[in-house]
Amino acid sequence: MIESVLFYTFAALALVSAVVVIAQKSPFYSAFGLIVVLCSLSGIFAVLGSPFIAVIQLVVYAGAIMVLFLFVLMLLNVQRETDDVGGSAPLRLAAAALASAFAAQVAAVIARARIVSGPEQYEASTRKVAELLFSPAFLYVFEATSILILAALVGAIVLAKRDL
Amino acid sequence: MDALLRLFSLIPGWDQNVPAWASISLAGLLAAGLCLGFISLGPVGYVYVERKLAGFMQDRLGPMRVGPWGLLQTIADTIKLLFKEAIFPAAVNRPLFVVAPCLVVIGAFMGFAVLPFSPTWQGTDLDVGAFYVIAIGSLSTVGLIMAGWASNNKYALFGAMRSAAQIVSYEIPAVMSLIVVVMIAGSLSLQQIVAAQAGGLHNWFLWKFFPLNVIAFLVFFTATLAECNRTPFDIPEAESELVAGFHTEYSGFFFAMFFLAEYTEMFVASAMVSVLFLGGFAAPLPVLQTVAGFDIGPVWLIAKAWALVFVHMWLRWTLPRLRVDQLMHVAWKVLLPIALFLIVVIGGLLTAPATAGGFPWDPWFGWPLTALLCGYLMLTALRAWRWHARQVREAVA
Repeated sequence: MIESVLFYTFAALALVSAVVVIAQKSPFYSAFGLIVVLCSLSGIFAVLGSPFIAVIQLVVYAGAIMVLFLFVLMLLNVQRETDDVGGSAPLRLAAAALASAFAAQVAAVIARARIVSGPEQYEASTRKVAELLFSPAFLYVFEATSILILAALVGAIVLAKRDL
Repeated sequence: MDALLRLFSLIPGWDQNVPAWASISLAGLLAAGLCLGFISLGPVGYVYVERKLAGFMQDRLGPMRVGPWGLLQTIADTIKLLFKEAIFPAAVNRPLFVVAPCLVVIGAFMGFAVLPFSPTWQGTDLDVGAFYVIAIGSLSTVGLIMAGWASNNKYALFGAMRSAAQIVSYEIPAVMSLIVVVMIAGSLSLQQIVAAQAGGLHNWFLWKFFPLNVIAFLVFFTATLAECNRTPFDIPEAESELVAGFHTEYSGFFFAMFFLAEYTEMFVASAMVSVLFLGGFAAPLPVLQTVAGFDIGPVWLIAKAWALVFVHMWLRWTLPRLRVDQLMHVAWKVLLPIALFLIVVIGGLLTAPATAGGFPWDPWFGWPLTALLCGYLMLTALRAWRWHARQVREAVA
């Protein structure tokens, strides 16, 4: 009972702020809308009984990535969007085609979705997540991702500081 | 919250008539109300102590006019702040300008949800409690950026950017030294971290793997100090460069909210340091844990947190402010390598069977060093007080 109330509250909040993200003209409002979306997703994860993923969601997205977004917005001093969409006619056509393809994809996913009455019961403790991450099934993918992130880190340092 | 739920069950017929979700919500609201009372009354005391300390350290008297020894000064100041008109400059972004201080206070306040005051006095024993505290810290960063941008003021924007850069940077050494504690305790739950330190002062994580954990403690304490935006890391509101940083345009009640958030963050950060390294609600001697059958864990946690808040204030009035580049240097080139080194070394020591429970000499250091430190501090305080009293006497004569 209370779980469903919380779930619908967070879901509604996420949907409304997702609309704000794309409908707002001011990029700052969009960014703050995105933060609300990510925080409500974190709330949904918590309701589903997975506090670790919920906290990761907060730390990584709402904390680090969105702060970075806001930083870039402040540094670039972006202005409000104007009503003029911009771009040439073929570009607009291509954009419309891509958007409808994406909409069709989303519709297909929703149509094929399995409706469940409640969250499936499984243990989602920190220990479980770690065991899964370091199990043979995910270990190589996990390590490869770590190397990728390390490479990105080194790349960023090289770009920012030509002579160390 | 467990304690409150148990109290509810004492009421006859409560368990049968009240649904579980209602009693959980009620207990949560009550617990939150208790904490809210604690944090909103806290600054009245903190500000008075801070001003008195500042006065003492700078050889002045501090507030003296309102009430005996100026005791009512902060109450008068609070009333003044609350009744002052909140001015909204014409160019500010009104909705964000109002939401920002609320977000900062919420971010500071949410830490109370997992602070363990005793085995039963805790909002909720989250599986990832230690991590949660770090996560909500980033919420107040968003609030600070919002405040700086919505103010539409150069200095406010500079302050917000500095504070965002600072908090994001110092979060990394904080998390890295937190990992050391989590590895030793084998859990992220704050309740279990405290349970692993029970049984007396020599069991505290501060004295485990002597002297490695002392270094981890210093790294974590420095990082939390920086995350609270306190001197020597207070460049976001450096008054000699940026007027007042991100809260330049705020006045009245909204300014008071930033103040409230700062002192709340100080308390939460200090409580976290004491939970992770100083045994949390565990007493330094097991005998002192209960008084007349009552568990006085909350008293111990609050006392330890206040002691660390005192250190925050002490540092503020002793050290000069760091420059922006020095600040980043400290975070990335000093604290982070030390924390990484500690993770590797302590992780290795924990996997070796001979040292899995700590070094053999660990129990011998806790008590003597603590006694020595406390004795030295008391002696110094006594000397400072005598010197101060003599100065006052000479000034009067």
